[in-house]
Amino acid sequence: MADHLLEVRDLSVRFHTAAGAVDAVKNVSWHLDKGETLAILGESGSGKSVSASAIMNLIDIPPGEIVSGSILFEDRDLLAISAEEHRKLNGKRISMIFQDPLSHLNPVYRVGWQIMETMTAHGRSRDEARKRARELVARVGIPDPDAALEKYPHQFSGGQRQRLMIAMALALKPDILIADEPTTALDVTVQAEVLALLKELQAETGMGLLLITHDLGVVAEIADRVVVMNAGEIVEEGTAHEVYHNPQHAYTRKLIAAAPGKGDMRSGGSERPVLLEARNVSKTYGDFTALENASFKLHAGQTIAVVGESGSGKSTLARTILQLEAPTGGEAFWKGRNLFDMPSKELFGLRRQMQMVFQDPTQSLNPRMSVFELISEAWAIHRDLLPKPRWKERVEELLVQVGLRPEHAKRYPHQFSGGQRQRIAIARALALEPELIVCDEAVSALDVSIQAQVIALLGRLRDELGIAFLFIAHDLPVVRDFADDVIVMQRGHIVESGTAEQIFNRPREAYTQALLAAGLDPDPDVQAERRRQRLQAAV
Amino acid sequence: MIQLIRQRTLASFLSLVGLIVLVFFLSRLTGDPTNLFLPIDATQEMKDQFRALHGYDDPILEQFGRYVWDVLHLDFGDSVRRARPAIGVVLEAFTWTLRLALITMTLVTISAIIVGSLAAFRAGGFFDRFASLLSLIGASAPDFWIAIVAIVIFAVTLGWVPTSGTGSVWHWILPVGVLFIRPFGLIVQVVRGSMITALSSAYVKTARAKGVKNTPIIFVHTLRNAMLPVITVMGDQAAALLNGAVIVETIFGFPGVGKLMIDSILQRDFNVVLAAIMVTAIAIFIMNLLIDMAYAALDPRIRY
Repeated sequence: MADHLLEVRDLSVRFHTAAGAVDAVKNVSWHLDKGETLAILGESGSGKSVSASAIMNLIDIPPGEIVSGSILFEDRDLLAISAEEHRKLNGKRISMIFQDPLSHLNPVYRVGWQIMETMTAHGRSRDEARKRARELVARVGIPDPDAALEKYPHQFSGGQRQRLMIAMALALKPDILIADEPTTALDVTVQAEVLALLKELQAETGMGLLLITHDLGVVAEIADRVVVMNAGEIVEEGTAHEVYHNPQHAYTRKLIAAAPGKGDMRSGGSERPVLLEARNVSKTYGDFTALENASFKLHAGQTIAVVGESGSGKSTLARTILQLEAPTGGEAFWKGRNLFDMPSKELFGLRRQMQMVFQDPTQSLNPRMSVFELISEAWAIHRDLLPKPRWKERVEELLVQVGLRPEHAKRYPHQFSGGQRQRIAIARALALEPELIVCDEAVSALDVSIQAQVIALLGRLRDELGIAFLFIAHDLPVVRDFADDVIVMQRGHIVESGTAEQIFNRPREAYTQALLAAGLDPDPDVQAERRRQRLQAAV
Repeated sequence: MIQLIRQRTLASFLSLVGLIVLVFFLSRLTGDPTNLFLPIDATQEMKDQFRALHGYDDPILEQFGRYVWDVLHLDFGDSVRRARPAIGVVLEAFTWTLRLALITMTLVTISAIIVGSLAAFRAGGFFDRFASLLSLIGASAPDFWIAIVAIVIFAVTLGWVPTSGTGSVWHWILPVGVLFIRPFGLIVQVVRGSMITALSSAYVKTARAKGVKNTPIIFVHTLRNAMLPVITVMGDQAAALLNGAVIVETIFGFPGVGKLMIDSILQRDFNVVLAAIMVTAIAIFIMNLLIDMAYAALDPRIRY
């Protein structure tokens, strides 16, 4: 008789890639009990998802190879059973939900059909499945369930799609639900709702919940126990409280220290001349208003963070001011000159003073260009800036400045990690000696520890070179210790703006307060206290 | 949807007008059909009479004006060679071509989707390598050569099927078989590539996590998503067949629109050439409209 609901023993998985064999996980052991929430915490490449994939038989062999280990579920070793036996367990006894619900739902089938399929695949009749699908959709909080069943995934919001995924996974009341980064792609307020829903459903069904995440806040909110993974190995495990308050391993301590939003806040920056000013800038697409009457002033060397949830218009604001999108109203001034009615030749000259760094460096760096070509390309366009013989020397200088090495100039983007690639993107932005860098979610795709390093780099560049930043982010703690001023946006409007200290400590608007309250603190005790308060408020 | 049809009709009408102008004048550049039609010893008087009868002695712009006026009244003129309305001759031939194209494309679609999907499911496996080799050969083999070799082997040496003409089911086997090969090869490769991409997508992972069996994963979840690029290529191939598979029809003496067109060009039977071009152009226009509708039917995110 097995002691636990699910037990992974000494699991080692290897992937055979073109670059050689990679040990994804090495001798990993953990267990999950009934009604319990276990979090596997780790950064990208830590192997945190591999054991879950092995449980669900989702590892393709080859290139994958199970080197050793066993996964015990009801006296059976899941690594020893046939594919057909696995299929019978999947969706019925053990279910899984994923990070990005849009791509994980089939775009061409109705959601009702997709939810019913979990049941029909395991022999339930269509009528029974339809009835249950309706119940489930109503249970996970989708309005008008009958109509919802007939809709397609793209007709729902991100949060609703994750609710539908949950409905699909729980259709047959599984004993175990595996949630792989279930809230990572969601806005903070939606994240809080989805986590609360998972907790409720767990209380109803008594299922064991295995949560895979990189986010200490999510662990603090929902996990009973936590397993910390790094480079394919478990470095630490314990209750969420123990691990946060008394971390034993150096890696765990580093991870906790890297969590943003605990340092000193900055203030000021407004005594220097105005660099960029927006007055009532608006942007509409057909009938849709993406941005309405946005106004702000950015001083030289100052950092303004623009925060808001997806669709709030924060990227549109930056793109419209930089004239990457044609504005439909208002004015924008660069050192007193109106950008919106400037001849394109003059605007071209100004472009080099304002540079952008984007979210995903894998996509924003041309994979067929070497680092030298990527950085020096700017000088080929703005020819008067730097004579060609000096390019090599300057590229190497810039690489050192962003924390890379001069010899990296010869390499190509795929030879770098995500954080290093973002450093290359920053070096490219610096090449034109800009006075303003617009960072559009520039650290959102990075692991926490890398995120902290990149933010530190940007802070150093700001202090050394006096560059102003317009820093667009959805994550409030990230901007807390970095920004001078903060602009909060919702549905195309600026809801509130002020110094970082004012926004974080004395938010005036209800939306800002809600946004701050929905953010998850990495400390489980703080989260437990907040949950208690929410419960009281609800009663 | 209605807007799509309206837009497409307008755009097609413009290109049709351009096509008529181009073909009318280009065909006149090939010379006067009189000498081809009349016996070699015909007198000048007979020649003049022939020209006057068919209006070949009028100024070219006047001929063009008259032609356009007639076409607007759905009168495509008579075939000089056959002394029958050109449109009747063309529609008769087009029916043959349409049947040939429909039969071929149906067989191609069904078999290419099955072979391509199975190859993609075990990409790199034995069946995949075999299917890829076969489709590569099919896509690159010249059809006139295959047609001739097929006649030599199956009609002449083995005597299983007739060499050419129409009449029985047996007459269809060689033309359909030869026309099948190239589109089959091409579409297998497109299906395979498109399916490999779709099989590695996130929703397939979800389906596996739900416990869905392999057959519905391939033919329900993945195939519908993988079909969009396949339909585009299928449309291309079907258009080529509708145009009349000139070479294959000629080799097999198949009375389709491709053979009719090449014969009429050689005979300078201008009215037939123009009518044939109009009919195939309209057929291709209708087919493209059907493809656009198929996109919308397959993918709910596409709405016109």
